[in-house]
Amino acid sequence: MDLNKLQNQLIKIARANPPSDRVPYAFEKRVMTLLRTAPLVDAWDLWARGLWRAATPCLVVLLLSAWIWLSPPAAPPNSGSGTPAVDVAQQFENTVLAAADSEPAADFVQ
Amino acid sequence: MEPTDAELIAAVLQGDADSFEPLIEKYSPRVFATARRYARRESEVEDIVQEVWLKAFQKLNGFRGEAPFEHWLMRLAVHTCYDFLRAHQRNRESSFSDLSQVETEWLERFISGAEPGTEQTDAARLLVERILGELSPAARLVITLLEIEDRPVKEIAQLTGWSTTLVKVRAFRARAEMRKVLARIAREKYL
Repeated sequence: MDLNKLQNQLIKIARANPPSDRVPYAFEKRVMTLLRTAPLVDAWDLWARGLWRAATPCLVVLLLSAWIWLSPPAAPPNSGSGTPAVDVAQQFENTVLAAADSEPAADFVQ
Repeated sequence: MEPTDAELIAAVLQGDADSFEPLIEKYSPRVFATARRYARRESEVEDIVQEVWLKAFQKLNGFRGEAPFEHWLMRLAVHTCYDFLRAHQRNRESSFSDLSQVETEWLERFISGAEPGTEQTDAARLLVERILGELSPAARLVITLLEIEDRPVKEIAQLTGWSTTLVKVRAFRARAEMRKVLARIAREKYL
């Protein structure tokens, strides 16, 4: 069987027999009633637009974070270059532990 | 003198929702004809068309007036029909034994080379709907727009939002997909 011929024949028939454009009775009235009760704004559409708008600043933050994370660390404090140390991790640790360091030592002597 | 589409749209955007009704009356036949290409049940067709008008009403402030309102509306209708196809995609494959008697008779007349009579048109239409119903949503959409409605590729690209290259690629794949469906049904006849 010639499938191409069958395919062409079926398409020809579909083309020659378009579907009806009949509109059900009072359809416009039903739609207008629906529109009057439906929200004027599509909530999902607003949500999608908000997400797209947030995508750009998120991308900027991501790139900035990646740049900071991947930047080579500065030279250590006792290096011959004489540049000040920028050890962010060490400074963070020092800040967090400062509260613990300032407390008086517990007396474990019994 | 009847108001133009632009005047009606402007009135709706200014808060006169009743001005939307003449637009529904004017373009519903076209939207219904489009929806009937993609849904078989009349209840589904009505749901699709209602969805189209609801979206048109909600997104009316996005209509810039650069193209006729009908073009903008039809683009919305095609998108809604495509969403419907994707939501109702079936995995069931028809076999030759699933065909009705009239469809089988039409197919057998075609295979034998006999000219089908006009009374066989309904049978052929049923067969076409069955075949189209088994295509993937993208294939069915492009076959309907390109082959059956005979629209140019550029217009299909505008309606669907696809590039012209993508339309052509999908058309090629859709024809192959349709041939596969026909081959599967026809193969069972000869086995």
